[in-house]
Amino acid sequence: MIGIVSYGGYLPLNRIKRDIIFKSMGWLHQAASMKGEKRVANFDEDSVTMAVASAMNCLEGYDRDSIGGVYFASTTSPFRERGCAAIIGTALDLKSNIRTADFSNSTSAGTSALIAAINCISAGTANNLLLCASDVRVGKPGSSQEISFSDGATSLLLGSDGVIAKLEGSYSVSYDFPDHWRTETDKTDRAWEDRFGREEGYRKIIPEAISGLLAKYGLSPKNIAKVAFPGIYPRDHAQVSKRLGFEPDQVQDHLMTVMGNIGNSYPLMILISALEDASPGDTIIVAGFGNGSDALLFTVTEEIEKFRGQKRGLKRYLKSKRDLTSYEKYLAFRGFISPEGGIRAEAIPYTALSLTWRDRREILGLCGTRCKQCGTPQYPAQRVCVNPDCGAIDEMEYYRFSDKKGTIFSFTVDHLAFTPNPPGIYAVIDFDGGGRFWFDMTDCDPESIEIGMPVEMSFRRRYVDERGGIIGYFWKVVPI
Amino acid sequence: MGEGIKDKVAIIGMGCTKFGEHWDKGSEDLIVEAFTEAIEDAGIEKKDIQAAWYGSCYEELNVGKSALFLSRTLKLPFIPVTRVENLCASGSEALRGAVYGVASGAYDIALALGAEKLKDTGYGGLSELSTILGTKNRVIFPAISAPGAFAMMANRYFSKYGMSTEEGKRSLAKISVNSHRNGAKNPKAHLQRIIAEEDVLNAPIIASPLGLLDCCGVSDGAAAAIVCRADMANNFIADPVFVKALQIGISSGEELGYSAWDGTYVETTTRTAARAYQEAGIKDPREEISMMELHDCFSITELVTYEDLQISPRGKARNDIEDGFFSIAGKIPSQPDGGLKCFGHPIGASGLRMLYEMYKQLQGKAGERQIKDPKIGLTHNLGGLPQMNVVSIAIVGL
Repeated sequence: MIGIVSYGGYLPLNRIKRDIIFKSMGWLHQAASMKGEKRVANFDEDSVTMAVASAMNCLEGYDRDSIGGVYFASTTSPFRERGCAAIIGTALDLKSNIRTADFSNSTSAGTSALIAAINCISAGTANNLLLCASDVRVGKPGSSQEISFSDGATSLLLGSDGVIAKLEGSYSVSYDFPDHWRTETDKTDRAWEDRFGREEGYRKIIPEAISGLLAKYGLSPKNIAKVAFPGIYPRDHAQVSKRLGFEPDQVQDHLMTVMGNIGNSYPLMILISALEDASPGDTIIVAGFGNGSDALLFTVTEEIEKFRGQKRGLKRYLKSKRDLTSYEKYLAFRGFISPEGGIRAEAIPYTALSLTWRDRREILGLCGTRCKQCGTPQYPAQRVCVNPDCGAIDEMEYYRFSDKKGTIFSFTVDHLAFTPNPPGIYAVIDFDGGGRFWFDMTDCDPESIEIGMPVEMSFRRRYVDERGGIIGYFWKVVPI
Repeated sequence: MGEGIKDKVAIIGMGCTKFGEHWDKGSEDLIVEAFTEAIEDAGIEKKDIQAAWYGSCYEELNVGKSALFLSRTLKLPFIPVTRVENLCASGSEALRGAVYGVASGAYDIALALGAEKLKDTGYGGLSELSTILGTKNRVIFPAISAPGAFAMMANRYFSKYGMSTEEGKRSLAKISVNSHRNGAKNPKAHLQRIIAEEDVLNAPIIASPLGLLDCCGVSDGAAAAIVCRADMANNFIADPVFVKALQIGISSGEELGYSAWDGTYVETTTRTAARAYQEAGIKDPREEISMMELHDCFSITELVTYEDLQISPRGKARNDIEDGFFSIAGKIPSQPDGGLKCFGHPIGASGLRMLYEMYKQLQGKAGERQIKDPKIGLTHNLGGLPQMNVVSIAIVGL
C-alpha cells in the first residue's frame, strides 16, 4: 500500500484583512474586492523557509535518516537556478544520498510532484519521499490577484510504511490554458479576463478531471466522503460541486476566506484539512487547477487514528494569526517599495560561499556537536569541548538543534541594529537538553517576551545581500 | 603567576586630546596632538623613544593595517612599532606592549598610543558588529548591536535580583547622572552637561531596557603614554606614576556556549580583577583603591563592574550607588573624568584615556575634579560584549 504517511501544514503568522488592501488600492480597481483575509509571509520568509516549516511539522516523530528524498514544488522559488529541494534537505539535516527535485511553473506543480513521488515509490526507486509544496504569491498592487493570493506551504511524507491515506489512483487533464502567466522577467502574474478564467477554465477543467477520475474507477459521487479542490472562485466552487453531484456536506471547505489562494499547495492544504477530520475508510478526492488538473483518489486507513490530537496539520496555523495592519509594510515585505534603511543597512559584508558550503550542516542544518566524553551539546560545532571541566579534543558527534525546544535566557528589543522590520529582537537561548546560543527572534511582539519563555526554532532568511544575489538562510527562534 | 609587573615601570608623560565629533580632524591630527602633549609632559624628545605600540580597533578603513600609520604620521625614526588590536581594550593592549617591553629590559623608554576616528561611518553607534566578529559568526549571529548585547545583561540582572524594569532603570540612571556631573567639569570631555535622573528615564530606548542616556558617547580621539624603567623615572619628572598591575583576560567561549554563566556579571572582569589584585598586592579592594575609571560603555556595565571588581557585594551595587559611594566626594570616586559616558569612547584611545585621568589625579593635577590625596587608581577596559569579551585592568599608584 502506497500513499500518505504523514502531513504537515504551515501558514505564516501574519494575516492582512482584505479590507485593508481594498482601502488602500480600491480607488484603482473597485471590482477587486473580496471578503476575509489572506496570509502574508513575514519579511524573513520565502517559499523555501515555509517549505521547511511545513516539513518540520510533517516529520515530527519521524527519523530524519529514514527519508529517501525531497520534492519541492513552487511557482515562486527564490532561485531561478539552485535546487531548492537540496536546500530544504540540508536544512532538515537529511542524509545526502537522497533524491531531490524541484517542480515548478504551474500551480499544478504540487499535485504533479505528488504523482511523480508515488510513481517513484511504486517503482521501488525510493522507500519514501518528502513532498514540500510552497508559494509566496504576489499580485500587482491594485489587482484582484493581490487580494486573493496568499502564502502557505504543505508537506506530505509519501511511502508504504504506516500509510494513513492510500492513493487509489489519479486522473489528469492537461491544457495550455492561458488564464494567467508570468514571463522570465515578470515579478507578478499577468492574466486574461477574469470571466474567461472562471467560465472556460475553472468551471470546465476541474469537473473534467474529477468526472474522469470517478469514471476511471467506476465510482459515483455518493461513494466519496469528501471532495477537495481550490476555491479560487468561491461562488463557482459551490456550483461546480453541485453540478458534479456532490452534496454540500461532501465538499471540503475551500478556506478561501480565511486562507486565500496559496498556489500550488492549495489542493494539498485542503486535502490535509480533510484528513484532519477524516475517519478510516473515507474516500477523498482532491483536485488541483493549473494548466489542466490532476485529480487524485485516496482511501483513509486505520493509521489516521494515531494523528488525533496532534499539532500536525493545518488547524494550529489557522488559529494562530497576527494582524498586519499596514498595507505599506506589506508592500515593503514583498519588495514593491524599498524604504530607507540608512547607511548601516548598506554595510553588508560579503558571504564566503566556500565557508557556508563547508559548514552547511551547522548553518543550514543547525547542527552543533555533543561531546562524547561529557555529553555537553554545543553550538556552533566545536572540536574542543566548551565545558571547562572537560575540554576534550576531537571527541565530538553531530547534534541537531533545529528540532529542540528551548527557553529564553535573556533578550532585548533593539532599535539600533539594522533589520528590514525594526525593532530587532534577539535572545540568548538555553536549549532543552543542553546547549546555549543566541538567535534573532521573529513572529513575536516585543511586549510579549520574557525571560524563561519557551521557544522553538524556525528556518528563515537571516539576511539578503542583493548585490551578490545571496540569501543568507539561518535559524531564528519563535515563541511556542 | 610569575612575579608580575609591580613597580618595574613608570609612567612619565601622558597626553590626551579632547574627545568628540571632530569633523575637522583626521586620525593624524589626533595622534600628533596626543603625542605632543605626552612628550612635553615627560620632557623628552622623539629620538628618546626606543619602541612604540599603537592601539586601534575599527580603524582599518581610516588608518590601514600595521603600525605604518603611526610611524609615518610621527616620523618615528625606524624604531620598532607594532599595531595592536583587542576590541575596545586596544588602548590598554598598546600600554601592555610598551610596559612589558620596558619591564623585559629590551627598552628603556617606550610609547603607547591609541587613537580612533569613529565618526567617519555615516551613522550613529559603532560600526556594524557583523564585520568585526568573523565571517562565520556574521552568518549565524543575530543582528546584534553593542547596546543590545549589554541590554540582555541588564534584563538578566533585573530578573535575578527581583528588580522591576522601572527600579532597574532608576538605579542605572543614577550611574549616568554621576558621570555627567563629573564630565561637566572636564573641558576635554565629549559631553559636558549635567543631566537629571528623569532625563535618563525619559530618553528614547536604544535597546530595551537601555535608553540613549544609558549609552556612552561615540567619539573621535587619541591618548598616549610614555613609560620608562622605574629606576630612571625621576630623571625625567618629579611625580612619576608606577604600574602596580596590568592584567588582561579574554573569554573562553563558555559564557555563550555553556550554561554555567548566569548573565548578570562579566566573567572576564571577575577573573582578571582577582589576578590584578594579586599582582598589585591588594587584599581588600574596597578599602585600598582610591579611585577608578571603569568601562561604562553602558550604565549596566558600570553597575556589574562594581561587583565584578569586588567593590560591592553581588546584587548590592545599587545600594552603594544610592549612598554616593562612587561620587566624586565618595569613598571610591568612579569616572572622575566623566567616563566613557561623557568623555566619549574612541575605541583604541579609551584605555589610555582612563589611565590619563588616574595619572593626573595621582599627580594632583586634575583641577576642579581633583580627588583628595589618592594613592591607588584602577582602570577597567572592556572590549566586546558580556557574552564574549576581553578585559584589561591596570592598577597604578605613586
